[in-house]
Amino acid sequence: MISLTANNKEPKGLDSRLFKDRLFKVVVFIFAFITISPIVLIIYKLIIKGYKQINLSFFTETAPDTYEAMIALSNNEVIPGGILNGITGTLLMVVLASVMAIPIGLLIGIFLYENSTKRYANIVRDITDILQGVPSIVLGLIAYFWVVKSITNGFSALAGSTALGIMMLPLIIRSTEETLKMIPETIKEAGMALGVPYHKILLRVLIPTGFSGLLTGILLAISRIIGETAPLMLTALGSMGVNYNIEKPTSAVPLLIWEFYNDPNMVDLIWSSSLLLMGFVLLLNLISKHIMAKRA
Amino acid sequence: MNELIKQIKDPVLSIQNLSVSYNKGKYAVSDVSAGIKKNRVTAIMGPSGCGKSTLLRAINRMHDLYPNIETIGQIFLNGEDTSTMSNIMLRRKIGMVFQHPNPFPTMSIYDNVIAGYKLNGIRMKKAERDEIVEKSLKDVVLWDEVKDSLTKKGTFLSGGQQQRLCIARALAFRPDVVLLDEPTSALDPVATKKVEELLIELKKQYTIILVTHNMSQAARISDYSMFMYLGELVEYGKTKNMFINPVDKRTEEYLTGKFS
Repeated sequence: MISLTANNKEPKGLDSRLFKDRLFKVVVFIFAFITISPIVLIIYKLIIKGYKQINLSFFTETAPDTYEAMIALSNNEVIPGGILNGITGTLLMVVLASVMAIPIGLLIGIFLYENSTKRYANIVRDITDILQGVPSIVLGLIAYFWVVKSITNGFSALAGSTALGIMMLPLIIRSTEETLKMIPETIKEAGMALGVPYHKILLRVLIPTGFSGLLTGILLAISRIIGETAPLMLTALGSMGVNYNIEKPTSAVPLLIWEFYNDPNMVDLIWSSSLLLMGFVLLLNLISKHIMAKRA
Repeated sequence: MNELIKQIKDPVLSIQNLSVSYNKGKYAVSDVSAGIKKNRVTAIMGPSGCGKSTLLRAINRMHDLYPNIETIGQIFLNGEDTSTMSNIMLRRKIGMVFQHPNPFPTMSIYDNVIAGYKLNGIRMKKAERDEIVEKSLKDVVLWDEVKDSLTKKGTFLSGGQQQRLCIARALAFRPDVVLLDEPTSALDPVATKKVEELLIELKKQYTIILVTHNMSQAARISDYSMFMYLGELVEYGKTKNMFINPVDKRTEEYLTGKFS
């Protein structure tokens, strides 16, 4: 009680301490603002420059040739055609890459979780980390030699998705391992104490419990590879028409952006294609954020 | 200590010369022998790190999960050497409840109770399943509270309800012995009281072994008590006798609060 009255006096230098506190808050706020401004500016620019091109034909027609674009430009019209060949190509290769990478990635992730301290698992984990750092163009080169040169004998969607699949692998492996690690040991023990064989605990308890985490990892891996351009140049090459044959050259949205960039008549299409790609990646990120939030 | 085993006639569970080591040569439980009386509550108490949980987990071989733990000695369940049983069969006969309530988070209350059957792929008619769920939940006095929300996730329940759900899950197999590892240490006093009353009720049907950090809990609900210290079973006998007239000096010091 006595100390309460004694403390009533203002401590020395309180004003300057409060000032420092306020200054710090302002600085933190400014830096946070600097962090969000690029993404806001990017989206703003893409919308302003790209919205004109986004109409029905953008999704239903293949890319125009230079001549069509030049005519349209000189008449001050919107460039005809769309990027259907890119959209279908991207979807085809993403699905194919996922089919290759998801099962393998999940299994390796489970293996690492199961044998977290074993020597072999440590080696696998380190190599996974290295794989994550391999430049994507190098993976494209490898896919070129593995698939283009020896399997499909020519540029192909299969080669492109092989490169993309290898890029997805480390992301899925690590997110699987991390997700399973987050599940409390007692859940596993509860299953053991009921006399449940281990593989059933894994399949029926651990994987359902971590399902949202696994799904998030997969979605983020897809959003990581969907905009990859470099490895596709060496593997899928690109095509003028819509292609569903995995052994044939195939276009993709990022490949089309690169082609549009190299053609002065098609500059407008760069922006709309980028807007579409960006929107898709944002959507995937938002979905995974939502899943994570629901889990917590 | 061997005389004490003889005291207990027809033990449902008989532990003989059991030692458990985490590191080679270092024993967390050393040379413990004891018989467990059927349809009684046996409490294992002792200070932290005395090996009481380690002893409990050796009974249903939970240590098999961790490769560097070594267990020596024998345990007989109804006269049968448990080392000849598979882990799966043994754990169906000896249920376990953990310190923190751990219902399966993705499963409904109903599925949690029946989980032992479901995960083991034992097929039953729906009527049979319903009966097991109802009986198990009634055993743990949870039926009236959850009978209208059986399809809800088990994690929606309060901590005390979750722990009773976990007990129901362990009871669903009608085990011979139920092991409880400090089941109330994560619960509030009201929930603790409910679980304690439940255990007294359950001993009519089951044999219960309870690890507890809490002396007064052991005094309240157990019929037999073990006192462990530094991995050794110091004293084992009827709870009443032990609390009134402990034989060993260390037991006396522990019970009088000289150390804890």
